[in-house]
Amino acid sequence: MKNIKSFLQGLLAKLQEGKNPYIFTVVHILLGTIWVYASPRNNIAFIVLLASLYSLYALNTKATFKAVAAGLLAFVVMPILGARNIFFLEIIFQISVFSALALGLNIVVGFAGLLNLGYGAFYAVGAYLWAFFGSQQIYALQYAPGTQPSDLPFLLPQDAFYLFILVGIIVSAITGILLGTPVIRLRGDYLAIVTLGFGEVIRVLANNLDKPLNFTNGPQGITPIQRPSLPPDALEFFNTGLRPIIGNSVSEGQLYNVFFYLLAVIMIVLIVFVARRLEDSKLGRAWTAVREDETAAIAMGIPLVSTKLAAFAVGASFAGAMGVLMAASRTFVSPESFSFMQSIGVLSMVILGGAGSIPGVILGAATVTILNLQILQGLSLYLSQLRQSDAVIPIINFPWRELSTQLDPAKYQRLLFGLILILMMIFRPTGLIPAERRKRELQLKEGDE
Amino acid sequence: MPDPIAWSAVHQYPKFANGVIVNLKLRKQYMEEEEMSKRLFAVVAILVIASLALSACAPAGSTDKGTIKIASQTPLSGGQSVLGVDIKRGAELALEQLGGPLTEAGFKVELAPYDDQANPDTGVANAKNIVSDPDILCGVGHLNSGVMIPSSEEYRNAGLAFVSPANTNPKVTDRGYLEVNRIVGRDDVQGVVGAQYAQGIGVKSVFIVHDKTSYGQGVAEFFKQEAERIGIEVKGFEGTEEKANFDALITPIIAANPDMVYFGGIYDQAGVLFKQAREKGFLGTFMGPDGMDSSELVNIAGPALLDGGGMVYSTVSGPASVYPDTAKFVADFKAKFGSDPQPFAAQGYDSMAICLKAIENAANAKGGGKPTREEVALAIRALQNFQGITGAYTFNAIGDPTSAKYFVIQVASADPAKWGANPVAQTLDIAPPSK
Amino acid sequence: MLGLIKSPHLRELLRPVGQMVVFSIGSAAILSAIVTLLALILTPTDVGAAAQKTYGMSLLQYTVINLPQVLIDGLTIGFVYAAIALGYTMVYGVLEFINFAHSEIFAAGAFIGVELLIALRTFGVISENTSIAMAYLYLAIAVLAGMIVAGLLAVTVERIAYRPLRGAPRLVPLISAIGVSFFLQDSIRLIQSLTTGQFHRIIPTFGNFDDRLVFGRVLLENGNTIDLGIQIKSVIVIGVAVLMLVGLNYLVNATKVGKAIRAVAQDRATASLMGINVNRIISLTFLIGGTLGGAAGVLYALKFTRIDPFVGFFPGLKAFTAAVLGGIGNLTGALLGGIVLGMLETFAGAYMSAFTMGAAGAEYKDIFAFAILILVLIFRPHGLMGENVSQKA
Repeated sequence: MKNIKSFLQGLLAKLQEGKNPYIFTVVHILLGTIWVYASPRNNIAFIVLLASLYSLYALNTKATFKAVAAGLLAFVVMPILGARNIFFLEIIFQISVFSALALGLNIVVGFAGLLNLGYGAFYAVGAYLWAFFGSQQIYALQYAPGTQPSDLPFLLPQDAFYLFILVGIIVSAITGILLGTPVIRLRGDYLAIVTLGFGEVIRVLANNLDKPLNFTNGPQGITPIQRPSLPPDALEFFNTGLRPIIGNSVSEGQLYNVFFYLLAVIMIVLIVFVARRLEDSKLGRAWTAVREDETAAIAMGIPLVSTKLAAFAVGASFAGAMGVLMAASRTFVSPESFSFMQSIGVLSMVILGGAGSIPGVILGAATVTILNLQILQGLSLYLSQLRQSDAVIPIINFPWRELSTQLDPAKYQRLLFGLILILMMIFRPTGLIPAERRKRELQLKEGDE
Repeated sequence: MPDPIAWSAVHQYPKFANGVIVNLKLRKQYMEEEEMSKRLFAVVAILVIASLALSACAPAGSTDKGTIKIASQTPLSGGQSVLGVDIKRGAELALEQLGGPLTEAGFKVELAPYDDQANPDTGVANAKNIVSDPDILCGVGHLNSGVMIPSSEEYRNAGLAFVSPANTNPKVTDRGYLEVNRIVGRDDVQGVVGAQYAQGIGVKSVFIVHDKTSYGQGVAEFFKQEAERIGIEVKGFEGTEEKANFDALITPIIAANPDMVYFGGIYDQAGVLFKQAREKGFLGTFMGPDGMDSSELVNIAGPALLDGGGMVYSTVSGPASVYPDTAKFVADFKAKFGSDPQPFAAQGYDSMAICLKAIENAANAKGGGKPTREEVALAIRALQNFQGITGAYTFNAIGDPTSAKYFVIQVASADPAKWGANPVAQTLDIAPPSK
Repeated sequence: MLGLIKSPHLRELLRPVGQMVVFSIGSAAILSAIVTLLALILTPTDVGAAAQKTYGMSLLQYTVINLPQVLIDGLTIGFVYAAIALGYTMVYGVLEFINFAHSEIFAAGAFIGVELLIALRTFGVISENTSIAMAYLYLAIAVLAGMIVAGLLAVTVERIAYRPLRGAPRLVPLISAIGVSFFLQDSIRLIQSLTTGQFHRIIPTFGNFDDRLVFGRVLLENGNTIDLGIQIKSVIVIGVAVLMLVGLNYLVNATKVGKAIRAVAQDRATASLMGINVNRIISLTFLIGGTLGGAAGVLYALKFTRIDPFVGFFPGLKAFTAAVLGGIGNLTGALLGGIVLGMLETFAGAYMSAFTMGAAGAEYKDIFAFAILILVLIFRPHGLMGENVSQKA
């Protein structure tokens, strides 16, 4: 065991020497790309390709190399591969959306140390904002849910979407401040419960504001919601210029997948940038100070309430922007998307990856999303196939056919989230990739001794 | 407050609030853990890949003409899985019983069940996964209209036909997609049937309750609209997500003293509401839509359903006396899965049956070759009076059944075993409103 | 006679009973006064006219006639909340930690009790013909079984998921508790659905629990009659809850173990120096909290018929609200909070629709609980009778 350990450590060290990181990364990316291109429905190939982003992040290469490689992957390779299998685009889209949510929650939980259990509420605010103004709902205020005619006009032109990303950011930040102001003085665990209550309140409001005036269309949700218009020649470009590489023609609906994927990637890049700058800013250091010791922070002249409120507002604004994006990409919103489960899912991403750590949180979001969409579903499908075949479980000679369908892994998403939270808290409370700042702090202190 | 006993705790925690690092040894250990982080990641990655490897290399089927898969997408986890799982099981049973002709034609036929978690995000992601599998030629789903509407945009993009066993929201088909079909009644029909029947038995006033789901509220809204139109006084219209404690809701019902309480929703809530309302002295009639169609309702509410004016429900799924196959379905279902089918399980069965039949027809038209998705979608629309266990289906231009038979059934026995023997109080043939 | 009351034991038994009576009557009186006043104001307006049309009587009359029933309903659910809230408050008092998984302990208790009764029915032991005395005996057994299992489950959860985290910052065990809550929900579902394929359960009908004691009948102008009465199961719920509350109060305030619990709650380090086995006391706290939660679960199933694995979530959240409302860590506070919240919620559900002309109705009942929670925390963070919980305590 010890030998394997030291061997692995040696291997890792060698990987970081000289030109090795460059070679490894390039090979990894190329291998992944070719494999996914060759077998567009292979989940393993896709995960290998996604993992190349981790190599890119973890291995010791120049920043420009990293940026160029990541840019090529995100803006050239993936759209083409994705046009061959839109499911992969959807996974990256959801990873981006949930990463953004997790990064927002990370500011509140990880940076400022305030536990927010109703984070989905801000996401809902953004989503319903565009859902209301970007649909026909304003003309349907007088109709009971389900009874409105379908030929109502739209209130705004479809490209008002871009403006509403900004509006969504502002409105949800204001919501964050409004919620935060009264409760921010509460002790951490109380704050958690109050935010949980707030999350439920927003969901119940979304579910019930269909009378006396029909604002949200109740449980039936608002649809259709407008999408921004595609660039004029994009469809032609994909169907003529790229046709030989993609190998199949692309419809407008499929192209929207590529479009929203690109939007999500651009937004996540912006959000990571903002989060990074914030982390090292005066405000970010104030958050850390507040998290570590409030009394000392006050003594240092940090305004406690406004610092915490800033965390709430910034965290909420990320979710608001993603809400607008999500509403447009789905052309539909309903209260079901904003349940307590959603908030807990985002929290478990933050906890799994490492509270306070930006790369950790993204890894957490990616892991949970892939687990949820690919692995659990994949295993369930596999089990179901086995159950429909005549195969038996080898050693105990038990026919798969007899296996209860209650044991499908896809059914136990909550159990899995629960386990992640418990196990991470007990065995690895710092998460998969612990926060940089903690590492720096510790190294500094170590050196002092 | 630091706890003297707990200093034995091994780990250092990320500092959320008021955390204090004291122990230097712990710090060292923390650094080591830091080193382990990468290896841990490697282990996780290997596990992930291993499990995927398992899921990717499916048992190889050796058949001449390849595999045909039929997807199902319903909630298999969470609170709504009760209904979602049984739709899937209904489909599974249908595939087992009716997949014969396709198997004989040389295809390997499989069910690919997906879990939409009653969540639109998961539903859409799965939809994209489904359409990217070229073997999938048809689909059964969803339970929630809220998931069906966004997911069906993907099905439409890929030309993949879906047959819905449970989505009653008019918007599902009103978009006019070739790929979207359903075999259930529309809210705007079922609510109307209910209101008209109520008027027929002399109901003058009604109190409407719904469960704040897309389905329950949809039916209730149309019931209300029609009741007001034909002159039944609506004494109240309330939604509730409550599953157990209806006390607060029953007070206004008793005070308003309506002739009928209409519940738009599913039996498990309705049973509790009806029981509690009876216990508090409500004497009128109960009514509901096809979500009431489960023997479990009697199990919950017992004699409360028979007292006073009794209880009636409207449904498109006929009782055993009209469709003898239904009884057989219930028996087969119970034999295979060990429990009574939930509402919409029979529709799941029929949805699958329609998929199978359409694929078979399309394959035959091609001289036995594997049909394309478009051919299957057209074949579904071409079916004439397809006889399922819940009725005979012909689809109109937007995918609604042209004329669905609606039954109003009277609950006649407090014995769950006699649920299937409840008499039909009224039968109506109603065509959906055409767009 | 006077000497007897001075005895600390008797005093600890009588005091909570007195408190319950005062709280119940007090909150009932205040809320009744508020709705009556509202009705008086609204009767001459459009709202009154709409009510007149729907109910065939004036809004004021409607309000007053329904009051007794609303009060009884509110009291019943209030005692259920109080019994659950005690679990939160006990643990919080000792560990300053919100046991988020308490709602699932409650659900587990409910399932054990109901499964036992279902098993008894399957074996033909209970049926609709069971004699009343035996019916009460079986119910008592079911409640006891629920209590034992829920208590043990609570202790196990503490041992596995909370104890290793005891020195950590307070959010760490809270997150772990949320994890336990989700884990237990799905575990219950897994076990339940493995056996029968569906996971909700209906409590068997037996005994005379569903009967209603009618003690008055009102004849309305419009010809309707409204019975005033209370169901036997509501009486049982209130009775058992009162017993538990009195018992717990006695245990904590008048026994040696109770003294140890209070000592640990006050200062864990000093308590351990005084020779108190702190770990054992903490386990005991969880055992007591879990036991009460389990009993409340079975009673909840009895009162409301149907349970599912997610049944604990809302009652748990509301009970927590009740605990905070009363002042968390304070047993009397939990009782007061439970009663007030139960009443408020029932009042809101019953009257909101009539007072808003149907624009907002019972569907906002749940929001009410959260709105109260937020308001209380803003304006009186230490609750109606608790210690200060704001950050700079």
